[in-house]
Amino acid sequence: MRYSALSVFLNGLRGNKGWAPAWRQPQPKPHYDVIIVGGGGHGLSTAYYLAKTFGITNVAVLEKGYLGSGNIGRNTTIIRSNYLLPGNNPFYELSMKLWEGLEQDFNFNAMVSQRGVLNLFHSDAQRDAYTRRGNAMRLHGVDAELLDRKAVQAKLPFLDYDNARFPIMGGLLQPRGGTVRHDAVAWGYARGADSRGVDIITHCEVTGIRRENGRVVGVETTKGFIGCGKLALAAAGNSTVVADMAGLRLPIESHVLQAFVSEGLKPFIDCVVTFGAGHFYVSQSDKGGLVFGGDIDGYNSYAQRGNLATVEHVAEAGVAMIPSLTRVRYLRTWGGIMDMSMDGSPIIDRTPIDNLYLNAGWCYGGFKATPASGYCYAHLIARNEPHETATQMRLDRFARGYQMDEKGVGAQPNLH
Amino acid sequence: MSSYRLSTGGQIDRARSIKFSFDGKALTGHPGDTLASALLANGIQLVGRSFKYHRPRGILTAGAAEPNALVTTGTGGRTEANTRATMIELHDELNARSQNRWPSLAFDIGAVNGLLSPFLSAGFYYKTFMWPAGFWEKVYEPLIRKAAGLGKASYEADPDSYEKCWAHCDLLVIGAGPAGLAAALTAGRAGARVLLADEGFAFGGSLLTDGDARLSAMLAEFEALPNVQCLPRTTVIGWYDDNVFGAVERVQKHVAEPDPRQPVERLWRIIAKQAILASGAEERPLVFGGNDIPGVMMAGAMRSYLNRQAVAPGKRVAVFTTNNAGYRTAADLEAAGIEVAAIVDPRSEGEPGWNGKAKVLTNSCIVDALGGKAVSGVSIAGASGVQRLEADAVAMSGGWSPVIHLACHRGAKPVWSDTHAAFLAPERQEGLLLAGSAAGLWSIEACLNDGARKAAEALEAIGFAKVEPAFAEGDTAQRAATPFWFAKGSKGKAFVDYQNDVNLKDLGLAVREGYGDVELAKRYTTNGMATDQGKLSNINAIGILAEARGVSPAEVGTTTFRPFYTPVSFGALTGVSRGKHFQPVRKSPLHDWASKNGATFVETGLWYRAAWFPRAGETTWRDSVDREVLNIRQNAGLCDVSTLGKIEIFGKDAATFLDRVYCNGFAKLAVGKARYGIMLREDGMIYDDGTTSRFSDDHFFMTTTTALAAGVLTHLEFCAQTLWPELQVHFASSTDQWAQMAVAGPKSRAILSEIVEEDISDLAFPFMSARTVSLFGGKLEGRLFRISFSGELAYELGVPAGYGEYVADAIMQAGQKHGICAYGAEALGVMRIEKGHVTHAEINGTVTPGDLGCGRMVSATKPDFIGKAMLAREGMQAPDRPRLVGVKPLDPKARFRTGSHILSDGAAATLENDQGYVTSSCFSPNLGHTIGLALIKNGPERIGEKVMIWNGLRNEFTDGVICSPVFIDPENEKLHA
Amino acid sequence: MASLITCPHCGQRPKEEFTIKGDAGLTRPAPDADADVWYDYVYLRDNPKGLHKEYWHHSSGCRRWLIVERDTVTHKVHSVADAALAELGGAA
Repeated sequence: MRYSALSVFLNGLRGNKGWAPAWRQPQPKPHYDVIIVGGGGHGLSTAYYLAKTFGITNVAVLEKGYLGSGNIGRNTTIIRSNYLLPGNNPFYELSMKLWEGLEQDFNFNAMVSQRGVLNLFHSDAQRDAYTRRGNAMRLHGVDAELLDRKAVQAKLPFLDYDNARFPIMGGLLQPRGGTVRHDAVAWGYARGADSRGVDIITHCEVTGIRRENGRVVGVETTKGFIGCGKLALAAAGNSTVVADMAGLRLPIESHVLQAFVSEGLKPFIDCVVTFGAGHFYVSQSDKGGLVFGGDIDGYNSYAQRGNLATVEHVAEAGVAMIPSLTRVRYLRTWGGIMDMSMDGSPIIDRTPIDNLYLNAGWCYGGFKATPASGYCYAHLIARNEPHETATQMRLDRFARGYQMDEKGVGAQPNLH
Repeated sequence: MSSYRLSTGGQIDRARSIKFSFDGKALTGHPGDTLASALLANGIQLVGRSFKYHRPRGILTAGAAEPNALVTTGTGGRTEANTRATMIELHDELNARSQNRWPSLAFDIGAVNGLLSPFLSAGFYYKTFMWPAGFWEKVYEPLIRKAAGLGKASYEADPDSYEKCWAHCDLLVIGAGPAGLAAALTAGRAGARVLLADEGFAFGGSLLTDGDARLSAMLAEFEALPNVQCLPRTTVIGWYDDNVFGAVERVQKHVAEPDPRQPVERLWRIIAKQAILASGAEERPLVFGGNDIPGVMMAGAMRSYLNRQAVAPGKRVAVFTTNNAGYRTAADLEAAGIEVAAIVDPRSEGEPGWNGKAKVLTNSCIVDALGGKAVSGVSIAGASGVQRLEADAVAMSGGWSPVIHLACHRGAKPVWSDTHAAFLAPERQEGLLLAGSAAGLWSIEACLNDGARKAAEALEAIGFAKVEPAFAEGDTAQRAATPFWFAKGSKGKAFVDYQNDVNLKDLGLAVREGYGDVELAKRYTTNGMATDQGKLSNINAIGILAEARGVSPAEVGTTTFRPFYTPVSFGALTGVSRGKHFQPVRKSPLHDWASKNGATFVETGLWYRAAWFPRAGETTWRDSVDREVLNIRQNAGLCDVSTLGKIEIFGKDAATFLDRVYCNGFAKLAVGKARYGIMLREDGMIYDDGTTSRFSDDHFFMTTTTALAAGVLTHLEFCAQTLWPELQVHFASSTDQWAQMAVAGPKSRAILSEIVEEDISDLAFPFMSARTVSLFGGKLEGRLFRISFSGELAYELGVPAGYGEYVADAIMQAGQKHGICAYGAEALGVMRIEKGHVTHAEINGTVTPGDLGCGRMVSATKPDFIGKAMLAREGMQAPDRPRLVGVKPLDPKARFRTGSHILSDGAAATLENDQGYVTSSCFSPNLGHTIGLALIKNGPERIGEKVMIWNGLRNEFTDGVICSPVFIDPENEKLHA
Repeated sequence: MASLITCPHCGQRPKEEFTIKGDAGLTRPAPDADADVWYDYVYLRDNPKGLHKEYWHHSSGCRRWLIVERDTVTHKVHSVADAALAELGGAA
């Protein structure tokens, strides 16, 4: 069933009785060409592109919770492609381009809103670092603008310009950055994949990976054994747990990142802004809530909840940037489990096991990567070679000394 | 306008009047009123508009779950949106406005959405607004955003203050209703340290509603128990690991003009050995047509307004109830002389023991409330068909849901109970007990008993001897509850989530479209996502989903309860860390010296560092910096370098230890000598650099960069304590203990000789010497180092922090005739770039010693040092790694900036052609043109190559040439002078 | 994570006084160990779902490195020991 203004109108006239289910609720078949572990954003987009672009439709997505219950359902919805390193920048720009045509492509309004992402800077050193970054973006044809203090003030007059501990000097703006309605991304991909024959099997937890002669032959699940030709992991914060079933140790730690939403407000801020002198970033949802976040809590965790001290740090940084926030209220706090890699960059690669594929290490930046991650992973699974924008996202880069460390903090995941 | 104040009764102070306003209209109330009760007393029932359809909405509850009566209060920087009128304690000058309506509350254009509602069903926006592609941001989204949202936040700064505090207690009691009071009394009598917190301004909970005579005696007893701290107006907002609770106390939210010496809100972090959750139960709305018309109210809320504030909801009330709560409300209404039109009860047997005047219609339900902006009647469906009754208010009670949010904040899931027809808290969790209605007990007696018993249990668990419960065990028998999820056959919209306008049909649609999972239904319909976070709506939504899916509520389950229990202001969470106090300030011991010499300061991490020292006639910072640089290279200058990290290292194994943490050798460093060291991370990248000096066999003195002073110390401690605990080595940070000044320039020796006793000639005190010296004829000891960041003949002198300013003054005085000047971080930066010295601009966490041309410093002979193994990897040794070089413009008049990228001459501007970037740059007053340091692929092999210095971000494209990174004195003649 | 850590030297203190480094189960290899052993040490992590030993530094306290044994699902702390004393076989 195609969605459109007309279909909304006609169904409305008929009491909305005519809408069909957005996807099937299939039982698993005995065998699939490809099984994807993880029905979050990356798993679903991988299935979608496998079916749509690479013609592989005998695919199952196995999700232990509900559809889209991973980090696609608990993030701060920001998209951007303001990356520095040549191994990252083209990949995220591919993602941005896919975002730009996504809704028409999968016929679902995910409210891709290119309202701009502004990173503030507060010192000469930060300005220089953003200059370097902005130029790397420009070299790849990515939009980037360096705003001085006056331009920032004209855009966001309500930031602290008079009494700040760390005065705002300017900002790096990516006008094409913005926000997306996160759940809708999962739903749009799921609907698109389902309609092309992909089985999305929810509440089906993978409990084991069966191997014969060094190859994966299928997975044990809470719904029984399911065979596969290729097994593709897209388990985000649970990557270690799943990879462990295949005896694979990963360069990943799982950390909790909290995010927050305020009570609904009339339009307050119309772009995404990140503070440069503390951990805080904010945008406003179309529903009116301020959506904001800060840094990871800093310790390994598989619990989707965080600590009060981090919540306080975020509030302090928020008020340092926007003093009038004091009387705005946090409505809800939540936590997601981040697959923090050892250099802050992701892995989309084959593994030492021939037909086992890995998509992991997204740190807290996985949401924006959803389309390109799925696209490049599907490319890898279908063709056994990396997509041209993901050639450096290799698992063996650490052993070989080719880390992609945007922040330059080294092999300590809680600093990325 | 059917609600009104009764002439007698209630717990209000009728002797005093409070003046307040709503939507500009002047009104009065009394102490003891909330804004909600005062509005009702003034006959105002229409208080807001709903989110989507802009339907008229009235006051539904008397508590924290209120979804409708959200108002904006205050003006200017005190503007506060979305405040629940039910939780605002009435106070003088309270200025409240309704929200989300235009042009007025009574006439709201947005109500047209109600007519369009067939096309605005759940999730309709996911199916449309997609064409043309560019229209979302330009047309649809701005319209949607403008229509969405609730109140309007202010951009003005808040004049009030906030604070935070910590508290420790044996027992935290959350909620001061019967169970909480009984628990606190029991624990208080046992001598435990007790905190008793309640979100209301008056303790008592349902004892207040009942007007229970025992309450005053209980409150009086607390007065005599100093070990019980009472926290009214305090909401416990979250339960965190290790039994730590967050709570927000509204210290001055109920006063017209806050006392500036007190915060308006205070965040408590409470560390409780044990806690009792006695947060009561939430009454459930019933889902029937028009259940949102002003005048429809929770039965318990209606009773609370009646008994506490003597507010009558109307003249003729219809009661719709599935349990005894509706009957109690009916009884109290009748006792107050208000007619009860009927008690409508879907149960076949009704409630035993009803002896009021009102007729009871069993096996019946209200299918529709009638009316527009106020209730005019109800349609009741029963065995004999549908009948209409006139009524101007409706009390509804769909049963009770224990308030278990806090008990679920740490990941445990609620458990469905068929007996209670409710979700109960997860089984026993360490440190937290539930008591009273929160544990599923409905009668006052049962709650008192339970609270007392749970307190005794909690205290005995933490070692108190046998504790006597304050209330004896009584009759706690209660009837099983009957769930009733929605009335069938409603004509009007039957709301489940009031604020978000989610109605019965929306949930049905969600199930039909495949979003029947409770989490998906929430996300698709927005049920439970309003400011009350589903306190009222979730349970009904779960029941409705269960029926639609043909499963039990247990199988549907709940969405996740997450902090905060109720919304919390940024202010409370921020406390005093605002404005200039966002972060602490660090000032060097020479700050005042720099200040009186006219320094311009710049924030550097937490420090304020002197950046330059402007003099009369200098119009730009460059004027000052150029002058400082030229003067130092010709005469001398004094710079405060106290912010560099300083670490004293002691122990017989100190030399061995340093050998392992630096990539270059330190074991053989002679006493009295300093050495430049490079410290790697275990991954082989440079972590930090600095000089380390040896004062004796077992005493070294390390300096670090300003940024990593704390990080390096932590790293050293990690290595010493976890990697090599067998080594005898100890560390003490002395960053704040020493005032450290760099004296640089050809005249520096002459100047220092005037205050240093010892011979500091090149022969006696050559480059890289380091020793304790005597100053001012032996009055003071200092540490003198012959090290140079500027490339000049230079020294660093360290003196105890308290003497810093005196010594700096003395040096300036001694240097006057030599032309000494004060210089700041900017001049220091220019001189180090001229000399090709690196800082963290180059040491960016992705460079190796080889990248910086220091490959030969890396010891080939040491068996081990941090980073050695990883440095050997292929990628770390690749020849095309970006490596340090200098760059300069072909045309000396041309400029370029840091952050520009390097392209090969003539190459297209693409990422593939990117050769590196400018890490640092400045105007060199000595050379008369811009110079830069850069990390360029294969850089050192490309000296002399013409390149494009590309700054597309600023549209600046400069022809340049790669050169040596050392622009001044490559032979180090000045250094060794 | 825990809100409180009981430092063996300072007693129960708020988590904010501590900084976390990570996995305390790793043993720094011998200098001449194979490259893959070093790669394991520097880059691979067990990242367990459940009990986990981590290095914590009491940075705003006694500045001792501690080994905190913690559950990554429940966040419960099971033990805290002084890292050096544990390594040297002494009592924590």
